[in-house]
Amino acid sequence: MSADTDGWRPRLTPDGLRRRAEALAAVRAFFDARGVLEVDTPVLARFGVTDPQLQNLTTRTSDGRLHHLQTSPEAAMKRCLAAGSGPIYQLGPAFRDGESGRRHSAEFTLLEWYRPDIDPSGLMDEITALIAQLSGTTPPEQRVAYADAFLAACGVPHDAPTSDLRRVGEPLLGALARTLDHAELCDALFSMQVQPALGEGLVYVTGYPAEQAAMATLDPAQPSRSTRFELFWSGLELANGWQELADPVEQRQRFEADCARRRDKGWPEPALDTPLLAALASGLPACSGVALGLDRLFMRLWGAESLADVRPFGQT
Amino acid sequence: MSGMATYSTNEFKGGLKILLDGDPYSIVENEFVKPGKGQAFNRVKVRNLKNGKVVEKTFKSGETVDAADVMEIDVQYLYHDGEFWHFMEPNSFEQYPADAVAVGDAKLWLKDQDMCKVMLWNGSPLSIEPPNFVELAVTETDPGVRGDTSSGGGKPATLETGAVVRVPLFIDEGEVLRIDTRTGEYVSRVKD
Repeated sequence: MSADTDGWRPRLTPDGLRRRAEALAAVRAFFDARGVLEVDTPVLARFGVTDPQLQNLTTRTSDGRLHHLQTSPEAAMKRCLAAGSGPIYQLGPAFRDGESGRRHSAEFTLLEWYRPDIDPSGLMDEITALIAQLSGTTPPEQRVAYADAFLAACGVPHDAPTSDLRRVGEPLLGALARTLDHAELCDALFSMQVQPALGEGLVYVTGYPAEQAAMATLDPAQPSRSTRFELFWSGLELANGWQELADPVEQRQRFEADCARRRDKGWPEPALDTPLLAALASGLPACSGVALGLDRLFMRLWGAESLADVRPFGQT
Repeated sequence: MSGMATYSTNEFKGGLKILLDGDPYSIVENEFVKPGKGQAFNRVKVRNLKNGKVVEKTFKSGETVDAADVMEIDVQYLYHDGEFWHFMEPNSFEQYPADAVAVGDAKLWLKDQDMCKVMLWNGSPLSIEPPNFVELAVTETDPGVRGDTSSGGGKPATLETGAVVRVPLFIDEGEVLRIDTRTGEYVSRVKD
């Protein structure tokens, strides 16, 4: 059969669809057994993401209202937590404009969960337990501090002067290195030099620098570090988690700093998510949370080279 | 060209023709790299269309690069004047002289009247792609060994274009052979 007449077929075969359905059911069973409640918050969100590295897709209903296709259900889930939901998880689509490649899709499947009274270290244990359950074995696991991983792979500290990072980045990036600022050099070196050197198995990179804290608390013992961690499985970034920032004043400052960076780049500036700030003001229980790219986890579980090979209709 | 066209990194894909440091390149491979909460980059492998060399380049995602005014057209090979190889677009009769650098190894397979592809950059030939199969006469080879149709062994034969290919022992001078230009290998005898 030619590709033309066969183009209607889903990317996954019936067996592939079944395998995916079984894995999704296993994820739900894992959380169900642990007393974590499934929630399904709106895909169409009133407020857009402020993170300057993420771009919302947007749409309008015929009454003229603007909706943001969520990049993550974080804000809505925190409102559930503040309202007393207890531990919750969500499994569903998330959308990020401009992200498309072997490991990226504008639409992808995100698994996000929040655990009151569990710290990031306990959350890492739970992620490993989930992966062990899905894979039927326990992959080797290690935890390494961001600063140590960066220094080992690049030969300079991540907080070295910009000129040092440029020198290290030049062989990799060529002339581009001279045009990048400190944060961009850190990102480039991390994803192109540190990440490939992390090694096989599950590697948790912990204590991301305070400048890359996103919505994480800072480490009280070392305020230059945040509680943010990321999980890599044999070099593939799978999950991003932290102890959740509960202070509405600090959260507002981070929103505003994000918006200022977006303004500098000439990007759309979303309205401030005031319901989220109000929820934090009313009291977010101490909790940690993590977002895990489920399609990427399936890539590793099933030995796929591309995200398109594990999604029913491929990649967007 | 009126006004320089540009491409955003979002449009990068294999085969796209872009201009880097003044040279035309074709994208061989594009990889989108982005830490979850960090700056996105496009790492691309690009082939320099002037010399064929493949190099790696990294772009900040969202950047734009100039498009290279490169296009491929079907042309007929006319003749070689000692310095240039001349090709003609059969509908417009427009002629394109290509120098030795542009013609490269394709010269081994160029026969008058054959249709080729020429890649033009700003209207001038960058490279020539001969047809996948050409039929060329043998001008010089050892006498044919009658009856030997086995595929083993073989001998060199010089073709009318000067190309030397390995042919079966039974081939004689004057015979016309079908050659795969992509591998430079003998395919079959062409019967009159």
